[in-house]
Amino acid sequence: MVTLGDYLIVSGMLFAIGFAGVMLRRNIIIIFMSLELMLNAANLSLVAFSRFRLQPTGVPNYDAQVFVFFIIAVAAAEVAVGLAIIVALYRAQQTTHVEDIKSLKF
Amino acid sequence: MEYWRDEHGQAFVTPTLHHSITPLTCMSALLFWIFALLMLVFGVGVIINRSPVASALNLVVSFLGLAALFISLDAYFIGIIQVLVYAGAVMVLFLFIIMLLDLRAERLRKINWVASAGGVTVALALLMQIFYVVGNLPSTKRGFPPLARSTIDDVHNIGLLLFGSYNLPFQIIGVVVLVATIGVVVLSKRELR
Repeated sequence: MVTLGDYLIVSGMLFAIGFAGVMLRRNIIIIFMSLELMLNAANLSLVAFSRFRLQPTGVPNYDAQVFVFFIIAVAAAEVAVGLAIIVALYRAQQTTHVEDIKSLKF
Repeated sequence: MEYWRDEHGQAFVTPTLHHSITPLTCMSALLFWIFALLMLVFGVGVIINRSPVASALNLVVSFLGLAALFISLDAYFIGIIQVLVYAGAVMVLFLFIIMLLDLRAERLRKINWVASAGGVTVALALLMQIFYVVGNLPSTKRGFPPLARSTIDDVHNIGLLLFGSYNLPFQIIGVVVLVATIGVVVLSKRELR
């Protein structure tokens, strides 16, 4: 039998994978993909709680699913803007490697 | 295993429906672990692949596994927009940018071992904390309560909420997407003024 804890642990493991990706990788595009993994881990635990705490009528709590809908919409807008910034950066610096971008370093 | 089946104290379960271990629940547990493993293995593939194209394709499979998990939680609408938006639109955008910039596999660089060890340590500490909290919450050891009906009209209910009590946030999201679109067009111009 699958419990709520199983879903929460899988969600936490996905979040930790995304977090490790942000910390370890030096390619901006891979860092961006890891951010998407972390957003999706949060979505998974929201949907699991929505299914776990039923409304008195016996249907899932749809507030959480509306929240997930908003997260997906904002994430899609964020990906579009972020990738446009990466393209602009590549035009200026010819690199996507974070250690090559050191204009603000002193 | 008897302890895990114990469902006393659940006030929100309709008492007429009794939850029991049937072949169907074993099947759903098997499918849950298959898709969770698929999602996690390909998620690790995203961060260990050296080629950005391979990472993006791993991310697609990871998102498909996640969509299957959403559907296993009876969130059909969320599962389908996960496939449409992430595995469709967002991944096409990622692949398009990777190919536009013509990114090859990264050449090997000197690894900063202190930073890598720090990153892995923080991620593992986070994971240990999650295990500790989930292991100590009594309600996480219970299964999911059965739904009142076997078929749910979740698109109808989510739509009612979106256009009802969440109408203002919904319109703000529309403005956010519009601003993002205009911002992308401005950012992509050759010469920024």
